[in-house]
Amino acid sequence: MEDWRHGGFGLYLHWPFCQSKCPYCDFNSHVSAEIDQDQWRRAYLTEIDRLGGETGGRILQSVFFGGGTPSLMAPELVSAIMDRIRATWPMVNDAEVTLEANPSSIEAGRFAAFRQAGVTRISMGMQAMNDADLRRLGRLHTADEARRAFETARRIFDRVSFDLIYARQDQSLTDWRAELTEALALTVDHLSLYQLTIESGTAFADRLARGGLRGLPGEDLSVELYEATQELCDRAGMPAYEVSNHARPGAGSRHNMIYWRGGDYAGIGPGAHGRLTLGGTRWATEAPRSPGLWLAQVGAEGQGELPRSALSPLDHAEEYLLMSLRLSEGTDLGRLSRLYGERLALDRLAPLVELGLLHEPGTQLVTTERGRLVLNALLAEIAAALL
Amino acid sequence: MTQLDLIRNFSIVAHIDHGKSTLADRLIQMTGTVAERDMKAQILDSMDIERERGITIKANTVRIEYPAKDGKTYILNLIDTPGHVDFAYEVSRSMKAVEGSLLVVDASQGVEAQTLANVYQALDAGHEIVPVLNKIDLPAAEPERIKQQIEDVIGLDASEAIAISAKSGLGIPDVLEAIVTRLPAPKGDRDAPLKAMLVDSWYDAYLGVVVMLRVIDGVVKKGDRIRMMATNAVYGIDKLAVLKPQMVDIPELGPGEIGIFTASIKQVRDTRVGDTVTHERKGCDTPLPGFKPAQPVVFCGLFPVDAADFEPLRDAIEKLSLNDASFSTEMETSAALGFGFRCGFLGLLHLEVIRDRLEREYDLDLITTAPSVVFKLYMKDGEVRDLHNPADMPDLTYVDHIEEPRIKATIMVPDEYLGDILKLCQDRRGIQMDLSYAGSRAMVVYDLPLAEVVFDFYDRLKSVTKGYASFDYTISEYREDHLVKMSILVNDEPVDALAMMVHRDRAEARGRSMVEKLKELIPRHMFKIPIQAAIGGRVIARETLSAMRKDVTAKCYGGDATRKKKLLEKQKAGKKKMRQFGKVEIPQEAFISALKMDG
Repeated sequence: MEDWRHGGFGLYLHWPFCQSKCPYCDFNSHVSAEIDQDQWRRAYLTEIDRLGGETGGRILQSVFFGGGTPSLMAPELVSAIMDRIRATWPMVNDAEVTLEANPSSIEAGRFAAFRQAGVTRISMGMQAMNDADLRRLGRLHTADEARRAFETARRIFDRVSFDLIYARQDQSLTDWRAELTEALALTVDHLSLYQLTIESGTAFADRLARGGLRGLPGEDLSVELYEATQELCDRAGMPAYEVSNHARPGAGSRHNMIYWRGGDYAGIGPGAHGRLTLGGTRWATEAPRSPGLWLAQVGAEGQGELPRSALSPLDHAEEYLLMSLRLSEGTDLGRLSRLYGERLALDRLAPLVELGLLHEPGTQLVTTERGRLVLNALLAEIAAALL
Repeated sequence: MTQLDLIRNFSIVAHIDHGKSTLADRLIQMTGTVAERDMKAQILDSMDIERERGITIKANTVRIEYPAKDGKTYILNLIDTPGHVDFAYEVSRSMKAVEGSLLVVDASQGVEAQTLANVYQALDAGHEIVPVLNKIDLPAAEPERIKQQIEDVIGLDASEAIAISAKSGLGIPDVLEAIVTRLPAPKGDRDAPLKAMLVDSWYDAYLGVVVMLRVIDGVVKKGDRIRMMATNAVYGIDKLAVLKPQMVDIPELGPGEIGIFTASIKQVRDTRVGDTVTHERKGCDTPLPGFKPAQPVVFCGLFPVDAADFEPLRDAIEKLSLNDASFSTEMETSAALGFGFRCGFLGLLHLEVIRDRLEREYDLDLITTAPSVVFKLYMKDGEVRDLHNPADMPDLTYVDHIEEPRIKATIMVPDEYLGDILKLCQDRRGIQMDLSYAGSRAMVVYDLPLAEVVFDFYDRLKSVTKGYASFDYTISEYREDHLVKMSILVNDEPVDALAMMVHRDRAEARGRSMVEKLKELIPRHMFKIPIQAAIGGRVIARETLSAMRKDVTAKCYGGDATRKKKLLEKQKAGKKKMRQFGKVEIPQEAFISALKMDG
């Protein structure tokens, strides 16, 4: 069996536009006045046809509309794309079709039409539960508006998740506990909780470099915030199944699980990445980041990718390790060993087990909660010890 | 062979940047010795490192033909001497090979400590000295003041100093004429047995070992069988030539002449600077005075960052040794650093030059351990041992007392920085021996332990005086002091490469500064790390590097895998630059940085 089948097969579709750019965001998103949705439709459909040709016969488990703000897409566009996807790949009965949405009233008005088009799950960018912090995060919606949009989404969709950003400026442990408790009361089955990180190239990074952006938590407070998050979510029956993702058991994002479990995914749209196992080789695919360039390339060449690169067995093994170790289920050591092509010297992990960063390896390699907090450093150690 | 009275042999004495190499270039150029199209800046400094640092490491020579105003054509032999105190012995031999010197002083900067040391060497060699004021065309030039300074500080008559600009060529004909009229011709007896001094030698990839020599008495010819008096080795001369500066074959060299020969000599090590060369048969009876075998004074360990580079390092060191007999090596094993070499050098500059060449010319990444001097251990059983490596320090119960080398340091500095200099020397256990003024410049002489100078003293000196101080030293004697071995323990494991000998009274301060620095230099690990300084079993300073608590990427989805993979590659590359000590990884730069002292 090809390794990707352990993770499954999904499709990611990138809509690169937003109404405004948030100061913390380093995603490939752009603000544009004129968007010719028809031209975009043609480009997406061309890409679906092309990738369908390469992966024909595979069963598609998930589609994810990410961005940008895909809730700004015309419902007709989403519908046309979903029709073409269904015509291209057989889909599992309970296929997950997620669309990222901003919790504003305008977008809430489209939820029913999105559901009609085939969307089954909404992932909502709530980010904070109070207006002052929403403003500091550069969000256009208010907390009330968000709550109403969330209620609308809940009525229309069975599965609604939302994101919060914490470890914000001047956020105390008490503030966050209160906010998270409030959020957990709203929760359906899934919650993404991200600590604010200052990424290079963002407005926050500039501000920080100029000496602004005061009041960010130090390491000790970040750790306390993370630990409080785990405690409150566990108590609410929403344990972490990944570093920043919480769900009721079995309600994790199936699409994201494809990434973390090392499945195959086709990426469509500006800057979209993909991983496709074709003819025994795993390929990394990537599209031009600029929306204009991508659109022009698909129009001119009938394909929207940069040259692909083949992953070596070591690359593949490392990638599987670094993605899967984020999960609470951890890394399948049998798979890792087969990918790497050699027996793993697991005894070399003993010092990390002794330090309380890893659980004693069995068939799976799993980090402890402390280990998960230093995962970047831990990964380097594990990669050095095993691969 | 040239008549003695038509030969002039000379060297140029100058401080770095005062224009020695430019003047040499100009003399070569103006006499048409090198065709215009072959001129490149600073012909005589042939190594990249020499050009970059503006220093001369190997002696070099050039033979110039100069038609003087008296209508006769003279042979001028310029020996370009190494300009650094590390090579003081080599300088003294080069000085002995010539009869006069041009003393080049920057007309705006004046006399510097290094100038002094070299002038004294020239005077010791009995030279006639012609003062030359360079950079006379600069607006800041003060020729009258500098002349006065030369008279006050050096005690030379500067009234007939020649004012020049080596850069523009101004005054160069006067210099050439002065060499002929003011410097003495060599003396020598053509009919006496051959007596020649080995001035320098180097390894040439095509010719093997090339030996530079100055004939004192007698005549040497191609094909002669010669003997080196210090080593008693006998060779047949294959090639005899003069340097213009390219090699030009010559049938014989007579008294007063300077040239080179090759004789199928395998290694530079077989030739000793200062040795006397004579004929195998009917040679001279007594060698020239002043010969000394090279004596390394500063030692350090050189280890490859990547253990797999040990063999390439061994090869590189062997190749460099071919051309530099003054640096000694022996294999060393460090618990922390694995296999490497303990190397001895003539001084810190020599150490840096060798390390730079190993890294650049042989593309090696090296860890250099703390430079150490040679301590003399007087054992209770009466034995006297040389300690080259603090790691080899025996148990103190067997040691009666320890002596360390002291130096006599001469520092010249504008008086506004004098206070900083006195403090620096005081901090380094210096004893002031003399303090005098020449104009607004102070000259201080300190008796200092060499051990306090080998690490970053010169850097500190430059930084506290914004580069205005100049410094020179000679090794004076060994003297007893209360010295102890200080160990550094990281995560309770001693790191042998960081062990050092320190004065007992300074151990606490030094230990504190070391552990504080190491705390900054060692990246946090996933566990807490005690860092300690200890004398014997007693901890004298301690810091704890706290454990890393959080380092995790918040978001990582399909589009982030590539970026995360790159981060992992970077971490892996970073780990390669680390050394593993027990469970702790120490970056290689920590070994040097930790030893730097602040103030």
